[in-house]
Amino acid sequence: MNAKDLAASGRREDEGRVATRPPARSLAWIGVTPFFAFAALFLIVPTLTLVVGAFQTPSGEPTLQNIQDLFTPQIMAAYSISIQISIASAGLGAVIGFFLAYAIVHGGLPGWIRPSLVTFSGVASNFAGIPLAFAFIATLGRVGLVTLFLKDAFDVNIYSYGFNLLSFWGLTITYLYFQIPLMILIITPALDGLKTEWREASAILGASNWQYWRHIGLPVLAPSILGCFLLLFANAFGAIATAYALTGSSLNIVPILLYAQIRGNVLYNPNLGYALAVGMIVITGCSNLLYLWLRARAERWQR
Amino acid sequence: MSPSRGPREAGRASRAGPYVIVVVGILYFVLPLVATFEFSLSMLRGVWSFEAYRSVFSDERFRQTFTFSIVAALLTIVVGSLLIVPTAYWVRLRFPKLRPLVEFITLLPLVIPPIVLVFGYLRLYNSSSFLPFTGSANGTYVLLVFGYVVLSMPYMFRAVDTGMAAIDIRTLTEAAESLGANRITILFRVILPNVRAAVLSGAFLSFAIVIGEFVLASLLNQPAFGPYLALVGTNRAYEPSALAIIAFAVTWICMGLLQVAGRQRRKQPNPRRSIRSLLTLSRRARG
Repeated sequence: MNAKDLAASGRREDEGRVATRPPARSLAWIGVTPFFAFAALFLIVPTLTLVVGAFQTPSGEPTLQNIQDLFTPQIMAAYSISIQISIASAGLGAVIGFFLAYAIVHGGLPGWIRPSLVTFSGVASNFAGIPLAFAFIATLGRVGLVTLFLKDAFDVNIYSYGFNLLSFWGLTITYLYFQIPLMILIITPALDGLKTEWREASAILGASNWQYWRHIGLPVLAPSILGCFLLLFANAFGAIATAYALTGSSLNIVPILLYAQIRGNVLYNPNLGYALAVGMIVITGCSNLLYLWLRARAERWQR
Repeated sequence: MSPSRGPREAGRASRAGPYVIVVVGILYFVLPLVATFEFSLSMLRGVWSFEAYRSVFSDERFRQTFTFSIVAALLTIVVGSLLIVPTAYWVRLRFPKLRPLVEFITLLPLVIPPIVLVFGYLRLYNSSSFLPFTGSANGTYVLLVFGYVVLSMPYMFRAVDTGMAAIDIRTLTEAAESLGANRITILFRVILPNVRAAVLSGAFLSFAIVIGEFVLASLLNQPAFGPYLALVGTNRAYEPSALAIIAFAVTWICMGLLQVAGRQRRKQPNPRRSIRSLLTLSRRARG
């Protein structure tokens, strides 16, 4: 009897067992009920009430006014700066993380560097929130170590050159502290998938380094890199604690605006707040879905 | 020119590049830690001391909020495991077709930002609703823990599910059944010990996330460590650095334990890979 027959007979047995015990099957639903009930009560329904609320007036009539009101200058500015920071930190994080990952995978560095950097990335990608903001205030704040060092050693006051930690670039540099490690963690397996044989084959056929990357390396890696970018984007877009601790409410990004709205109804319309939240879900949802799709495409090359 | 020379030459030419990149990268990662540590030691003028740490540890509210968050994290782990382990087991055993749906639901917290989730809670469970969680102190606490369970679901499920994939749950279940064990016995004395390492992986990540969580705790007005951190950040100078170092140490410990738990999982085809996929997920709930 070969493996196929075994599997087939196993399946027949399975079917037979289910057929002889129909009542157990119907009771078996009880086993998954707690999970679905929990997910419904604490994940799906709360989110749906916001979606419903976004299309209602405060008195409960259906309306599209809230969605329309999102396109006012204040809210559009918040979305715009949020998206800019997310794109900047995701883009830089993806590029820098890619080069770092490439260096540790194919750079011919001493063997201990790779596991150390990957382990550190695991920690750093989880070192976020408020403590991260504290760390960067101690580094690049007005009396931060690096700020003072540059002033003392090179007589360069970065703050007089317009740098400010509580600004677009300050927040982007801070976000990179978890974006780069996250990129390293996700892209390393994809880089492992770049087979040395491909490089050798292209070299034998006379391809230059540039041609190898242009026609083999980048096309294979493109879905992974783009997918990682989208994941990093969603990651930065939903983040609030770091920004809140770093800038208070001085930087008008969407999560902070939403936080202020929940705290004190700063938009003077609760339903506009729901629309703001739904806008966030739409943006993170789209980038996550695209990420999953691209990852599925990229995994073809990683077998 | 021999065929092997080309690639080797290219490798030699770019040898300096990887070093430069890695050194710059390490500088970027290490400098903030050094700066934070240095800053945390310089509370007393002119000398290095652990005064900031002493000040932090002697603060009554530090102890209260830190304990509060540790208890909340442990409760999250217990509730999360009780919810996820039986579900993952049962779905694999009896409803394999439901698995993609369950997996999709457990990944939703990555799509829905925590701030949106808690906003939904506040709208749905206010004091005049059918389930007035936020109407009482205990209710709000329960809501906080359940919210944390939701935030930890993505990696809890993934860790447990890969753990289950590595053991033959069907055979184990049938063997236990033929020895006369009931469902509860099978789950707690047969399945759970076999996926213990996986549950632990999920637990350490959950712990790392819950301990400093800010948005849920703040908006549900809970005396947790995250809001305390924010408060100290606005009105103290040196203590925040000490707290950042403490938080970094806690993260290191959790990740270290995660690696140890992963190493114990020998049967697993590729524990490294599953840990990495967990780690990539885990950042997302921090905010």
